[in-house]
Amino acid sequence: MFRFIVRRLLQMVVAFFGTTLIVYALMFAGQGDPIQALAGERPVTAAQRAYLTEKYHLDATGFGGFFYRYFDYLSNLLRGDLGESLTGRPIGEILANAWPVTIKLALIAIAVAVIFGVTAGVLAGIRRGSIFDNSTLLLTLLVLGIPTIVLAPLAQYLLGVKWQLFPATSGADPSFYALLLPGIVLGSLSLATALRLTRTSVAENLRADYVRTARSKGLPRRRVVTVHVLRNSLIPVITFLGVELGNLMSGAIITEGVFNIPGVGFNLFRAIRTEDGPLVVGIVSVLVVVYLVSNLVVDVLYAVLDPRIRYE
Amino acid sequence: MSDFETVASSENQAARRGVSGEPGTPGRVGQPGRPRSLAGDAWRDLRRKPIFWISLALVLLVTAMAVAPGLFTRNDPTDCILSRQHAAPSGGAIFGYDFQGCDTYARAVYGARASLLVGALSALLTGIIALVVGMLAGYFGGWVDAVLSRIVDIVLGIPLLLAAIVLLKRVASDSATVRLGSVIFVLAVLGWTTAARVVRSSVITARQQDYVAAARMLGAGNGRIMWRHILPNALAPAIVVLTIALGSFIAAEATLSFLGIGLKEPTISWGIDINNGRVHMRESATPLLVPSTFLALTVLAFIMLGDAIRDAFDPKLR
Amino acid sequence: MPTPTSPPTPASPTPPGEHLLEVRDLHIEFRTGEGVAKVINGVSYHLDPGETLAVLGESGSGKSVTAQAIMGILDTPPAHIRSGQICYQGRDLLELPEEQRRQVRGKEIAMIFQDALSALNPVFPVGWQIGETLRQRLGMSRADARRRAVQLMELVQIPGAASRLDDYPHQFSGGMRQRVMIAMALAMEPKVLIADEPTTALDVTVQAQIMDLLADLRRDLNMALILITHDLGVVADVADRIAVMYAGRIVEHADVRSLYRAPAHPYTKGLLESIPRLDQRGGKLSTIRGLPPNLMRIPSGCPFHPRCPYVQQVCVDVVPHDLVLGDGRTSACHFAQEVHDDRAG
Repeated sequence: MFRFIVRRLLQMVVAFFGTTLIVYALMFAGQGDPIQALAGERPVTAAQRAYLTEKYHLDATGFGGFFYRYFDYLSNLLRGDLGESLTGRPIGEILANAWPVTIKLALIAIAVAVIFGVTAGVLAGIRRGSIFDNSTLLLTLLVLGIPTIVLAPLAQYLLGVKWQLFPATSGADPSFYALLLPGIVLGSLSLATALRLTRTSVAENLRADYVRTARSKGLPRRRVVTVHVLRNSLIPVITFLGVELGNLMSGAIITEGVFNIPGVGFNLFRAIRTEDGPLVVGIVSVLVVVYLVSNLVVDVLYAVLDPRIRYE
Repeated sequence: MSDFETVASSENQAARRGVSGEPGTPGRVGQPGRPRSLAGDAWRDLRRKPIFWISLALVLLVTAMAVAPGLFTRNDPTDCILSRQHAAPSGGAIFGYDFQGCDTYARAVYGARASLLVGALSALLTGIIALVVGMLAGYFGGWVDAVLSRIVDIVLGIPLLLAAIVLLKRVASDSATVRLGSVIFVLAVLGWTTAARVVRSSVITARQQDYVAAARMLGAGNGRIMWRHILPNALAPAIVVLTIALGSFIAAEATLSFLGIGLKEPTISWGIDINNGRVHMRESATPLLVPSTFLALTVLAFIMLGDAIRDAFDPKLR
Repeated sequence: MPTPTSPPTPASPTPPGEHLLEVRDLHIEFRTGEGVAKVINGVSYHLDPGETLAVLGESGSGKSVTAQAIMGILDTPPAHIRSGQICYQGRDLLELPEEQRRQVRGKEIAMIFQDALSALNPVFPVGWQIGETLRQRLGMSRADARRRAVQLMELVQIPGAASRLDDYPHQFSGGMRQRVMIAMALAMEPKVLIADEPTTALDVTVQAQIMDLLADLRRDLNMALILITHDLGVVADVADRIAVMYAGRIVEHADVRSLYRAPAHPYTKGLLESIPRLDQRGGKLSTIRGLPPNLMRIPSGCPFHPRCPYVQQVCVDVVPHDLVLGDGRTSACHFAQEVHDDRAG
């Protein structure tokens, strides 16, 4: 177990350098005017130009200069110094305000996925081929097939504007109630995937040889299903939900943008809109780290859940 | 990136956690190298499925729209007059006019072209990358496989939407062709991994078949074996994955355009129109609902088509 | 060299309740989308306390399905038990409600399976899995169940049993895993143990160890053993009687010695001739020509007739009854006596 974690940790360090290098290179390398690249089509003031040149060491040139700048960027990132956005606000501060909201939203979404998705998935898996199974399958296919850019505005329009069951947009400091509808919209995709995954997993495990063994021990069917089958089938589901939580945290860009939720995704959404290059780079860098860490956590979780991995 | 997620990518994401041979991990996509009768069985099974016919009809309809939008509407989607802002339906504009005073229906019809073009070309490019990488990795194995599989792992580990944002931010040009090309390129570069894995595993299965060993003993070269014996086996499962991928590429294009980093005006894209409709939905909802419906139905049609075909080829999951 | 036997007479059914376990005229079919497969077509056999019955047959002959029907762990659907009885101590198990049926499982009749790696739950330690039966069925405490699990693991000769209690199935070797399976099956001291190809997945040397262990345990615990196998070599030293199955029927039933000495069914004869023997040097090993029948289209008459070297017109037309050959032997062959007497070399 210990060796497993160490190995994964080393892999993550490699992935961290690789990914940040790619992000950085894509942002800055080979661009005619890197400052204009950061600012997009917006005019850049002299003060901004001076700040950005200093911040990103843009005066150093050539291949060596690129790596010099990259490691500079990296050390700033590791120290938590993300610099300022074009509007002059510290990016660290923007993110510090945004995280709690995003985490709340992600937790609501995961809760929706677990409560409805996993439960329905288990039932569908046990009654494979039943009407319940077939209709949930079709329903999840619908949810998965409808892009968020359709689902989110539609839910906002119908439930928020037309029937006014939920607040259509949330304010600066959204309440749980204001986050509920976006949370459900966000969670519906995870719900559908979790449902399908649970169903397949339960159905496959029900046919496993160890189920036959458990039955021949004379255990009641209820125990065979709830202990033996579920413990095995939920391994991929739990790891999926872990990955998904990481995904949801690293930016429910569309949902937060549509519902005006001042989370991380919303800030990224707005940064893209306003062509605030430093803010985009800052947020994306942090999100990549969040993504990598959440992947590591999930891998460790997987190892905890599955002894075959643990003792590999 | 839940915004990009579709049946294929999300389940695959979870599945990749599983070490190979792990029983808890669902096997995806029909195993290759089965006898030909399977295709017959699959077809017999497909024929009875209403979902297959409905999604096929939708796919054909949308393709016709992309090829000849003039058949569906006489109006010019770029003929926008502000005085018609949010005007009621009239003169062929069966869904009325949007905020800019453009014919909502005509814009939705003409939007099919960009969507399908991006979807089809990204899928094609994805297919080519996936076939090359999957064939090389599966056929030669050893260090080639190790290196390529590692690359697949890395690309699969990149959050899709974030990477697309980073990549597309680099494209400064506003030329419609350049933007279209970049979106296609970005989607293909980020989206080939699932298909490559499928191709790789079908190649590995095919390579172990007796007739391949026989062909090798008869002196056939690697190139000939790959082309004549292995490629045909890898093609069917790859096409199924690519059908689903096509749907998700269309959704991805719309999402990027919605965010303002994909296609841009004057290209007509459902994503752009949905965003515009969303901003003004309190005044009039139809400019939001019409392109939304078109987009959702198109994406659904491809995903359901792929799903139905996959189910037919993979009876294990039924 | 003909062996003197009484002339063949049709077998007559014995009254129920005389044996520990008796399967009577069992018919099972599998209903699938492609049609109905008749997997078991009138199987009858019995088992007395403390004896070992070997059920022999190719894969698909129905030997495992019969065993699963006895255990009551067949998946229905697709399986469907059309008719027959499975009497245990005079009670027909098929008539019992599921709850009472469950009480029989593990406690009266236990079963071990072929592939112990997949038959054991991969995510629970073996000690937990052995103890689960004790906790759930006998209401033992956790600590007691652990202690008993160690005893059981020692009983099946797992070295260092106490230290291996918390290991997972994949950490054991194939032979040790099978011992864990056996320990689990013995937890409730069953009167009947069904071993479904217990050694097929193992190395030859380990096979012998497991067979010896099963034989010893059967004797020491005074169990009755049903040994299901496709390997004639495995059963010779262990079994008292052999029932040979083909296409869902018992085609020959005899005590081990007389079956080996003079098989009375062409199929058994073919099986015996296809295994290498140390006492007969030279000569060619013969094989049974053709393939086992498709259970959706079982051949008319005797199901073995397309592969049978003794085939006559009557074999195509008439289903052979069990013919009694004396010593309680039966053979479902029209020419049982001829086959029995036809011993080359």
